[in-house]
Amino acid sequence: MSDPLVIAGRELDSRLILGTGGFASLEALAAAIDASATELVTVALRRVDPAAQGSILDVLDRAGVAVLPNTAGCYTARDAVTTARLAREAFETDWVKLEVIGDDRTLLPDGPELLAAAEQLVAEGFVVLPYANDDPILAGRLQDVGCAAVMPLGSPIGSGMGIRNPYNLRIMRERIELPLILDAGVGTASDAALAMELGCDGVLCASAISRAKDPAAMAGAIRDAVRAGHTAHLAGRIPRRLHAEASTPETGLPEFGEAPAQQAPADGAR
Amino acid sequence: MIVHVNGERRDVGDGTTVAALVASARPERTGRGVAVAVDAEVVPRGRWEKHELHDGARVEILTAVQGG
Repeated sequence: MSDPLVIAGRELDSRLILGTGGFASLEALAAAIDASATELVTVALRRVDPAAQGSILDVLDRAGVAVLPNTAGCYTARDAVTTARLAREAFETDWVKLEVIGDDRTLLPDGPELLAAAEQLVAEGFVVLPYANDDPILAGRLQDVGCAAVMPLGSPIGSGMGIRNPYNLRIMRERIELPLILDAGVGTASDAALAMELGCDGVLCASAISRAKDPAAMAGAIRDAVRAGHTAHLAGRIPRRLHAEASTPETGLPEFGEAPAQQAPADGAR
Repeated sequence: MIVHVNGERRDVGDGTTVAALVASARPERTGRGVAVAVDAEVVPRGRWEKHELHDGARVEILTAVQGG
């Protein structure tokens, strides 16, 4: 019962994309990759540190996962485009998780700069996965300019606040034909399950795993939550209703005659 | 001549190439996972050997780190 996530023609059996930020060590990262069963992980580009011990790329190669470079830290379309070009050169992939941030306090995406960078990178042949606001209109614009997926936030990066506006995700799901991947805000497994239940095609998760007390265990929990939420979405949840609806049939209910009069409670019993 | 490598002033000989700078910045690993920009323009790996730096060049030598 293969049901892969397909992005730009690439099939991923795992619907969990792992962000690698925040792990205490490369060993912890390797254990989390293993437990998560992910096939795609993010990396960032920074200045070479001659003192750095070990290479994250060696860890990822050994794990057999594909690399999704990001443009974290970019505040303008120009810087993001340059970073994406450098990432293509460094990692020999056209895929990019496009991040263009508005300010360093919220780390929220800058919509106009994001859209401009996406359009430019699509024109240059990149497979663009933009980290976006939970804004259905912006998501539609990103789809229109040729992105390969849309990755809305649930809440700010690293906040662990879960999905603050599930209604926007539902509206996005109605309008966006591309893979919709919840990126940012997951705090624990139930947040990832909710994202999938709302119809997301995948979840990208970093801090909730890397900063958990036991990252590998949380990676396994979120892996299971993504699977469970996806299955639940396909299964189709019941509608919410204010009042109860009995699941046991009313027909065939026995009758036992008049109930004996209840004894009135003694004064002061209430 | 003076070039700026990852934000640091470096005095290098005329005709120094991108390849030479990469080798000095990260001697044990010069292949996959490294990218170079000179004056904000990407220099593809295939041109590192031939690309000679000019005086005042701003060189960024980047590699993979955890993130995202």
